[in-house]
Amino acid sequence: MNAHVGKAVSRGAAALFGLVLGIGTASAADLVISNWDGYMPKDIAEKFKAATGLEIEVVNHATNEEIMGKLMASGGKGYDVVFVSSPFAEVLNNQKLLAPLDKAAIPNLANLYPQAAALAYDPGNSFSVPYSWGTTGLCYRSDLISPAPTSWWDLLKPSDAVKGKTTMLATDRWLMAAGLLANGYSVNATDPAQIKTATDTLIAAKKTLLAYDDTTFYSKLVSGEAVLVHAWDGWCNYGITENAAIKFVVPKEGSDVFVDTIVVLKSSEHKDAAMKFLNYILDAKNHAWVAENILYKVPNKPAMESLDKALFEKYPNLAMTPDELLKNELLRDLGPAQKLYSRAVSEIKAAN
Amino acid sequence: MSPPDMKSGLLVTPAVAWLVIFMLAPCLLVLSYAFLERGTWGGVEYTLTLENIARAFDPLYARVFLTSARIAALATLFAVLLAYPAAYAIARAPRRWQPVLLFFAVLPFWSNYLIRTYAWIVLLNREGLVNNLLKALGYRGEPLSMLYSEPAVILGLVYNYLPFVILAIYSALSRLNPELIEASHDLGGGALRTFWRVTLPLSLPGVAAGGVFVFVLSIGNFVTPALLGGGRFQMIGNLVYDQFLAANDWPFGAALGMVLIAIMTALLLVQARLAARAGGDTARPA
Repeated sequence: MNAHVGKAVSRGAAALFGLVLGIGTASAADLVISNWDGYMPKDIAEKFKAATGLEIEVVNHATNEEIMGKLMASGGKGYDVVFVSSPFAEVLNNQKLLAPLDKAAIPNLANLYPQAAALAYDPGNSFSVPYSWGTTGLCYRSDLISPAPTSWWDLLKPSDAVKGKTTMLATDRWLMAAGLLANGYSVNATDPAQIKTATDTLIAAKKTLLAYDDTTFYSKLVSGEAVLVHAWDGWCNYGITENAAIKFVVPKEGSDVFVDTIVVLKSSEHKDAAMKFLNYILDAKNHAWVAENILYKVPNKPAMESLDKALFEKYPNLAMTPDELLKNELLRDLGPAQKLYSRAVSEIKAAN
Repeated sequence: MSPPDMKSGLLVTPAVAWLVIFMLAPCLLVLSYAFLERGTWGGVEYTLTLENIARAFDPLYARVFLTSARIAALATLFAVLLAYPAAYAIARAPRRWQPVLLFFAVLPFWSNYLIRTYAWIVLLNREGLVNNLLKALGYRGEPLSMLYSEPAVILGLVYNYLPFVILAIYSALSRLNPELIEASHDLGGGALRTFWRVTLPLSLPGVAAGGVFVFVLSIGNFVTPALLGGGRFQMIGNLVYDQFLAANDWPFGAALGMVLIAIMTALLLVQARLAARAGGDTARPA
């Protein structure tokens, strides 16, 4: 048997094995990309193919934690490009799972705001490209709640009129951030005593919630089931699209800055195609089209400057400048303290 | 039964292989994970520990087991109370109608579990169909908060598992020898007395089989509490799910899973014992 055939056979066997176990993605596409559902314009595959001739296959993950578990278990195999929030990109890089970016192949990096090229988790964009950025805050029905919320405590200790009509994000970092910020702590706190205080705050708040909701909170706001929800700024915009009375506010105690990044796996066999994808996204026109379609701020200067001003009027949080946004605290990798957070969230969810 | 010869040995091999590969091996894997330390992002570190097992019995999590058991027990109770009269009516219906009635009883299974559960969200939410109907009928108070509550979870479980119980009880009732009932009547037993002393005891294996089915499926369920409980009412299934997919704490998830499997196995053994004692040779559980 010659070496090529042997390799093909073993690869075929590996693919079959992967198929049997339901892992790995034996795909005909040039790039396998994992992203949150609905976080890229639906027609991206067609547009990217038209521009580059490359086929992409998009698979979805529901949360950062989910894709982290998968990548850690497989060593990154099965994916070429993954969208994760910055603290998780930081972890993947520390675990040596990411490919360094080939900057010569991504000339559009020049479009990034200077602030976006100097973010503390990856100054100089050596392993990650910021795709969108934003903050977390309160999304509410201005016609059904008065006075307007201004503080995390309006969510955590709601007035009687609002009780039972609030939802909170349930994923580790954002749920904990609400409890930490309300108590005046950092979103990256690692002191067990501070984590304990935040946990107690969040357990008490649980009794006043309608539900935990990471995906449909804005539709609960539109229907009027909820009047105040814990939301990412961009996702609050989906509610505003359907009801102009919905507003977004960053609580006075401050909030986090999340940067959703695109990273390339070291194990990818299609790194050149991956760099092309990154460069494609960072093109001012394409990145602007992302902002118009998913309604999140993008860290791309010419893209943001090209947006129709009417969009900023309708969705005021899109108009937040990089400096205004970065007044909030950037989410960072917690290192070993991550275990304390996941444990605290398990306790909050199990408490009643 | 005669002792297995060569042929039946061969026939049983695929099933045994299936069970070993897809049942026994994963269970042993899960069992071994329960005694290891977690990796920060999933996976395990090969250090032996009893912490996960101990933590599963921490009052916080022990209460989740109790909550799950309570929800599953209530779902079982309501499912049996609803299913018995339905199964009885089907078993007493004219023979040619029975298949049609059974068909209607299991009709919900033709649609997807998730869709059926989502339908309840559409019905029960604060701005949902039930509240809108009440409004149309002249109700002017605050909309009723029915969704995201323990009763909503129980409702979802009862609704989804009811057909199993109807089938189990029907199968016990339909195999009941009518001569026994005639004998009771001949001996002066009234309708009620005959039901209590003859029909009900003889149908108990069916009730037990259906009941255990609902209980076991309910206590490990995670979809219904996630959707109809809004994540605020956590059952043990949600806790296990979260440990694997959100907290990335596989060993603790494995420990919780093992405790759950132990509880279920114990229940199934008790049920099998009861069925054997109650049914004797005449009526084995379906």
